[in-house]
Amino acid sequence: MDSLSKLDEVKTTPWSGGREPWSIEYGKVMMWFFLVSDAFTFSSFLIYYGAQKFAQPTWIDADKIFQSIPGIADHGQPLVFVGIMTFILIMSSVTMVLAVEAGHRNSKKEVVKWMIWTILGGMAFVGCQALEWTHLHHIGFWFGTNPATGLTDPAAISAALQPYFTHDISYTAALQFSNLFFTITGFHGFHVTVGIILNIIILCMVLNNTFEKRGSYLMIEKVGLYWHFVDLVWVFVFTFFYLI
Amino acid sequence: MANHDHTLDSHDAHAHGEGMGVKRIWQVFGILLAITAVEFLVALGFVHHWHIVVKGPALYAFYVVLTLIKAYYIVAFFMHLKFEKKSFIICCSIVFIFIIYFIVLMLIEGGYLLNHLQEHPVYPNK
Repeated sequence: MDSLSKLDEVKTTPWSGGREPWSIEYGKVMMWFFLVSDAFTFSSFLIYYGAQKFAQPTWIDADKIFQSIPGIADHGQPLVFVGIMTFILIMSSVTMVLAVEAGHRNSKKEVVKWMIWTILGGMAFVGCQALEWTHLHHIGFWFGTNPATGLTDPAAISAALQPYFTHDISYTAALQFSNLFFTITGFHGFHVTVGIILNIIILCMVLNNTFEKRGSYLMIEKVGLYWHFVDLVWVFVFTFFYLI
Repeated sequence: MANHDHTLDSHDAHAHGEGMGVKRIWQVFGILLAITAVEFLVALGFVHHWHIVVKGPALYAFYVVLTLIKAYYIVAFFMHLKFEKKSFIICCSIVFIFIIYFIVLMLIEGGYLLNHLQEHPVYPNK
């Protein structure tokens, strides 16, 4: 009779309504949920790669198929070019965090500077990936194709694939490797490209003072999350295709 | 109106910016760079050039562990997850138990298929 009814009490527990449960803005929570789901998609691709590798009696030797540096060396230099690619992407992740940090201080000029570096880093990475694809295509690997595709004589097949294997030679293994490499790195490269486009759009918005007027650079954080996810996926792709 | 205010003021000023200042950012970059450098030192040097380490499950486990450490630093610091509410961290990470289950399942499956399936002939390498 005297006190407030339960319905009129002001509730302040995290899940009592009228506020974000985790004190994270809605769009940011949704970006996280999207990234978790995308992580599942990439995981399933990479797990399939692992399952195939475990199911084949032999596999392509990464050190033998990835041993060129475009414009510098045609062979004999495994891991150098992919090392450069990995470094570029990690750097662009750092510049992205610096852009977010500048956004926290509402420093428009610095946000612009770091966003430009991030975009350039992303473009450099995609360019490098394109070079890697071109080189592999040049030596005979592509979707559904390996250097021995179209050959019928076992000796010829063996000879065509021999440079890329250390142990026994398998047409199936070469084909699986080729398909999985282009599919997975293609899917990742597609994500990087989308990220670059998003970053360019956000950069334009920054330059147009959209976030100055809004009073918050929170959007930089959100596209930043996406960009770091792209870097994270690359860390795994690099490990499974080039190291293991 | 109330929701709009939430969007603006509760996220920039409070604890968010703290913990990831410019110095910290470069520190984490340094850690990531160092781990990557170790990976390359082992892969290019120890394994490929000097033949000190042989490719095998131990080496692969080493790579995977380093990769997971890098993943932790990227997610916790660059993506700021470490500084969010604990229930949110749990929300986003517990689901990966399913991924771990799936990894183990598919690798065992692959091993089974290896013993029971061979479609194209395998040619000896000289």
